[in-house]
Amino acid sequence: MKSLEELRAIREKMQKQIDIRENSADDIRVVVGMATCGIAAGARPVLTAFLEEVAKRELKNVTVTQTGCIGVCRLEPIAEVYVPGEEKVTYVKLTPEKVPRIVAEHLVNHNPVTEYTIGAAE
Amino acid sequence: MKELSLHILDIAQNSIAAGAKHVDLTVEEGEGLLRITVADDGRGMSPEFLASVTDPFTTTRTTRKVGLGLPLLRLAAEQTGGGLRVESRLGVGTTVTAAFRADHIDCPPLGDTASTVSLLAQGLPEGMELTYTRRTPRGEFRFDTAEIRAVLGPDVPLSEPEVAEWMRGYVAEGEEGLA
Repeated sequence: MKSLEELRAIREKMQKQIDIRENSADDIRVVVGMATCGIAAGARPVLTAFLEEVAKRELKNVTVTQTGCIGVCRLEPIAEVYVPGEEKVTYVKLTPEKVPRIVAEHLVNHNPVTEYTIGAAE
Repeated sequence: MKELSLHILDIAQNSIAAGAKHVDLTVEEGEGLLRITVADDGRGMSPEFLASVTDPFTTTRTTRKVGLGLPLLRLAAEQTGGGLRVESRLGVGTTVTAAFRADHIDCPPLGDTASTVSLLAQGLPEGMELTYTRRTPRGEFRFDTAEIRAVLGPDVPLSEPEVAEWMRGYVAEGEEGLA
């Protein structure tokens, strides 16, 4: 049963990590398009998969955020990955199954998964 | 959209874009009807914009000249013999109500409301709160991000993946047995 006690435990665990996080300049951002086009194409399970993977691997330097229409509706679901000091990478036609590989190879090991990018799709 | 909960996720984005401080989501079921309400205190719409708001060629988006969120919801509701109502006042807010005949063959399933609610909460802008109320003949479940924030304190945001996961499980378990 999900209790508020469990939530308090998460808070305590997180608070211990906050100091570490504030000192890190290498914050990675994952932005998932959540406009009508994205949602209709299946962005919800993709966003859920990113959150699950990041939580599972306890990646403290990764934030997962949402945005509106990115502008290439026919290639939704789309996620953009911003790694400081590196070029933005746009992933297209995502599925939840593709997410663990992006998290492992790109967010952790800094090797973008080229075959899922907009460059490969166009 | 294959699930009504995806429409809720979509329509609630309009409340976020409208700069609302609160958005209240309600799903009520009973007597063969299913009613979804998305009510916000955002900037609202002018009577002119409101009059054409379910026209696909009316939108606030800047990347395209079409907006399909409300038209798709209206279509989904009307296909079941229900309908869509949008009330709005400039500077006061907007309330979208969609009614569905739950027993109609074209009524989509409600779907994964727990994902919709937890992801909306995860992506809420600073200073905005969300409530979700699910009411069925079997009872009521209520979720309020203000209460969750009170437990988390000022340092741990709702956007934390672990918190989002917890919220999803919490809503899913809270709704269990209500359907």
